[in-house]
Amino acid sequence: MISIKNLSKKYTSENKIVNALNHINFEIKKGEIFGIIGLSGAGKSTLIRCINRLEEPSEGNIFINGVDITKLNKKELRDLRKRIGMIFQHFNLLDSKTVFDNVAFPLQVSGFKKSEIKERVERLLSLVELSDKKDEYPSQLSGGQKQRVAIARALANNPDILLSDEATSSLDPKTTKSILSLIKKISNEFNLTVVLITHEMEVIKQICDRVAVIEDGEIIELDTVERIFSNPKTETTKSFVSSILNNSENEIVYPKIPNSKVIKLNFLGDTVKKPIISQMIKNFSIDVNILSGNINELQTTSVGNLLVQILGKDKDVNKALNWLKKEEIRWEVIWNG
Amino acid sequence: MVKYIDLLLPTLLETIYMVSVSTLSAILLGFPLGILLVITEKGNILENQSINSSLSLIINISRSFPFIILMILVFPLSRLIVGTTIGTTASIVPLAIAATPFVARIVENSLKEVDKGIIEAAEAMGANNFQIIFKVLLPEAMPSLILGITLTIINLIGYSAMAGAIGGGGLGDLAIRYGLYRFKTDIMIASVLLIILLVQIVQLTGNKLATVLNKKR
Ligand SMILES: Nc1ncnc2c1ncn2[C@@H]1O[C@H](COP(=O)(O)OP(=O)(O)OP(=O)(O)O)[C@@H](O)[C@H]1O
Ligand SMILES: [Mg+2]
Repeated sequence: MISIKNLSKKYTSENKIVNALNHINFEIKKGEIFGIIGLSGAGKSTLIRCINRLEEPSEGNIFINGVDITKLNKKELRDLRKRIGMIFQHFNLLDSKTVFDNVAFPLQVSGFKKSEIKERVERLLSLVELSDKKDEYPSQLSGGQKQRVAIARALANNPDILLSDEATSSLDPKTTKSILSLIKKISNEFNLTVVLITHEMEVIKQICDRVAVIEDGEIIELDTVERIFSNPKTETTKSFVSSILNNSENEIVYPKIPNSKVIKLNFLGDTVKKPIISQMIKNFSIDVNILSGNINELQTTSVGNLLVQILGKDKDVNKALNWLKKEEIRWEVIWNG
Repeated sequence: MVKYIDLLLPTLLETIYMVSVSTLSAILLGFPLGILLVITEKGNILENQSINSSLSLIINISRSFPFIILMILVFPLSRLIVGTTIGTTASIVPLAIAATPFVARIVENSLKEVDKGIIEAAEAMGANNFQIIFKVLLPEAMPSLILGITLTIINLIGYSAMAGAIGGGGLGDLAIRYGLYRFKTDIMIASVLLIILLVQIVQLTGNKLATVLNKKR
């Protein structure tokens, strides 16, 4: 669907060059919700803006449905943009136009007939549940309502792709949730491919299928959301993941008892539901002290973490750990006493 | 009293005529220039450094001329366009020329206030430059443009009085001919009061229009 090949972007300002993107390669599948997460300045906005060429790539190619969009001329680019909707952190609605006229705007740009515009706009406004606000001006709306108008506007031309540049970053958590579920609903209903960037793992957790972690203009990790959550590899990803788990192992205080190990267990999918701990205590002569734990519901599965302190003879502890491996539970030793 | 009205009414109409035709001409000439100034600016939709800086230079130079000098300088042009250098129609030429660069700057400032994100959103929807200018930039900047035009009209009322000093007609002309040369202070005061009234009406109308537009957003 979207295939990014060797994409680089350099900004030259006065006397210094900023390498905002460095040789990026990845693919986004049709109909998926693809998240890109990174810290401020990582290059997220630059990356997403290359997809509709609001930013001109310095190097590399971007293929959308097999067409290299970096080769399009101005007219072809405008036609392409009509098939890509975009929403923004600050909504970017036209203040001088009503809700209705804002949603009608892209249709006027595309040259639709008045009657057709009216019909479509009304359908879109009912989709985002704002039919009653159609004659109001953006300044009369809340942030969440503004973003709904922006979503309706982005969908007006029946796009195949929706780009979202931090669309929920200026909204409160509850509104964020409702906007995200709207995006998810729309994506399912219209088989829309969504590319969204964010700096909040919560957003990724709520709606994304796959996620890429970007740092200093490079993709450092890319996988399904479940795998990123259950097995983050880089430090950056780990800190993103732990940002939404209610505690990270570094912050938990445990007694440094000799002959004990502090172990972090990762559960994924069905293993979350198994009575692992009680079986472990029954089968091996060890004691288990639970330090902290949590379970996160993702799109398709759940992932959990449990921090435990296992007390017992080395031999018994090792037996227990081997058994865990057989039960397909991944673990790592946090502290060894 | 009737004599006063006979004297004041035609000159008031002359002033209104000079100011409105020169305002319209200045808008027709100044708007395209102002728009061009904005869209050729760095990072805008038709970025072009050389057009931008040369246009800016020309505008600055033409704005530096004192109006009274400009009027005399454009005498040949007035003769060419309207066939004479005296009278109300002839003063329209220097008035329009003086106001054009002013309007260009006012348009530039108003359009620059439009949020870059809104322009970008329009670009992302596939709008072309023409659509961005006429469906986004100008409507979004409308209240501020109206206040700018109000300011232009008021400046032109002042200039038109100055044009009167060298035979341009209008209220300024009347005030100078009767008040200064013939010591008819009452007529001078009456024409000045009329000018003040005119300025007030224009300002209040402009403010009202801008507020109505602003309220809707
Ligand atoms: N127009 C520009 N000119 C020069 N440098 C730029 C420009 N736009 C972005 N950059 C630089 O490119 C890098 C990536 O910026 P980008 O906006 O893509 O980051 P981001 O991940 O979106 O950050 P944030 O979360 O703060 O929005 C930064 O170092 C930034 O300073
Ligand atoms: Mg950004």
